[in-house]
Amino acid sequence: MSTSEQPVALAPAEALPGERRDWIPLALVPAIALAALPFIPSLPTWVTLTVAGLAMGMMIFMMAAGLTLVFGLMDVMNFAHGVFISVGAYAATSVLLAMKASMQAASLGANLSAIVPAVLAAMALAGLLGWFFERVVIRPVYGDHLRQILVTMGGLIVVEQLIHVVWGPDIIPLPRPATITGSFIVADAAIERYRVLAVLVGLAVFAAMWLILNRTRLGLLIRAGVENSEMVESLGYRIRRLFVGVFVAGSALAGLGGVMWALYQESVNAQIGMQMMVVLFIVLIIGGLGSVGGCFVGALLVGLVANYTGYLAPKLALGSNILLMVLVLLWRPRGLFPVGKA
Amino acid sequence: MPEALLSLAGVNTHIGQYHILQGVNFEVPRAGLTMLLGRNGAGKTTTLRTIMGLWKASAGSIRYDGREITRTPTPDLAQLGIAYVPENMGIFAGLTVRENLLLAARRGPPEPKRLAWIFGLFPALQKFWNTLAGNLSGGQKQMLAIARAIVEPRTLLLVDEPTKGLAPSIIANMVEAFRELKRTETTLLVVEQNFHFARALGDTVAVMDSGRIVHTGGMAELAADEQLQTKLLGLSLESHA
Repeated sequence: MSTSEQPVALAPAEALPGERRDWIPLALVPAIALAALPFIPSLPTWVTLTVAGLAMGMMIFMMAAGLTLVFGLMDVMNFAHGVFISVGAYAATSVLLAMKASMQAASLGANLSAIVPAVLAAMALAGLLGWFFERVVIRPVYGDHLRQILVTMGGLIVVEQLIHVVWGPDIIPLPRPATITGSFIVADAAIERYRVLAVLVGLAVFAAMWLILNRTRLGLLIRAGVENSEMVESLGYRIRRLFVGVFVAGSALAGLGGVMWALYQESVNAQIGMQMMVVLFIVLIIGGLGSVGGCFVGALLVGLVANYTGYLAPKLALGSNILLMVLVLLWRPRGLFPVGKA
Repeated sequence: MPEALLSLAGVNTHIGQYHILQGVNFEVPRAGLTMLLGRNGAGKTTTLRTIMGLWKASAGSIRYDGREITRTPTPDLAQLGIAYVPENMGIFAGLTVRENLLLAARRGPPEPKRLAWIFGLFPALQKFWNTLAGNLSGGQKQMLAIARAIVEPRTLLLVDEPTKGLAPSIIANMVEAFRELKRTETTLLVVEQNFHFARALGDTVAVMDSGRIVHTGGMAELAADEQLQTKLLGLSLESHA
């Protein structure tokens, strides 16, 4: 008998009561998009806003995914996560500006020859910084949330100042590569090329994470560790090593998010990561702390709501994410996909 | 008395400012079932967690199979063949029954023969193989927790209150499962509040009070001595019936 197969067939009547797939939070994304439709004067505008919202959501997801796993796995509140975003953005900027000619060429191959090393440099530097941060800043304060907040905030300030030292205090303009600049028109709706790319990259990252978490033994360990790290250790696994790996991977992912965000804004400054932290925490809370699926749905909701509100009621745009979080918490006090922590 | 597989000598454990274990001394004979009894707050759970390395002993010595393990990290203890079933069962609610068992089988997928043996002990696990563990009943969760601990052969099994909150019919099922476990070479150390369960299964017994062992001996002797039960546990078997 294979252990990957169900050993006995279950008649439907024998299925456990309460066995469920929770689709309702997933339906929120199309529901909000459709709910916004009547308020937007034209369909092309709605399409443009929806694509913009999804793209923004995907980039937020890339930046937040590591943070939610780190919190879920080791109960670490890392307020310095933004530095991985900033460092990733700056590392990529250095590479991209050094390869200006390839960036400005109207050939996809030439653009990719600049973008790929830039992304790799961003992820490598952010991952390396994550490894250093875990060893030096986080490790001494495991299990102490107050000290975690203090030292990670301190670490954030130190790295920001180091960015000023290395890259200077001024905003650095970062034009997008030629082949992903501009828009294309679909049924009168203007869709930015870069936003489509952001959606595709975000989907690829989510799919990769989903496959790792649900189809590999490593993923099984991470999911179990998020629920009950002590029990994982009792089964013979070194959760600390797993945590370091997740921390480094999450930091590298934040670096990737930083590159995408910097190219989206077409500029980079030392506060680029810190400015995202409030939104990232809102996404984590909406999704359920420690839940990657929740983080994904939460990020898309935040992206959509921010874009619709920014168009319909610009004065409310700043508070729209907080309002969204309040509504979600009134409905599900532990977020959309609460993780059953032991 | 058979050779001891596990021995604790002068073990002290502090949790924050509290001094919980205050010099615990006892031995667990090889290939038998030792019951660790005592009133609430006596230190039974702390003793199991200290053995498993989840709380570090502040003084004293724990020896297992001839080696010092007082400072051995928890994952290494698991690899030495010690399995632990905590009081809250510690199942992974977001994982299926299958995934819970796969994770516990460190040497690769569980052997079909071993799995069949486990299904013989706990048929419900076969029935709910692909069910999320969080959706199981309390008794089924306890079955899963024990199955996870024995999915591979273990030398020592530490179980904390396996009958807590279970219906009498499930407890009867548990008694049978533990009897079957006793037929293997696994040594068991079980913390229990249910004296009937303890009497039915225990070979030897250690009784704790206020962080110390106050009695060790044969289970049969304790079960036969009502005065001793009342003195050590605050109740007699008859009054508990």
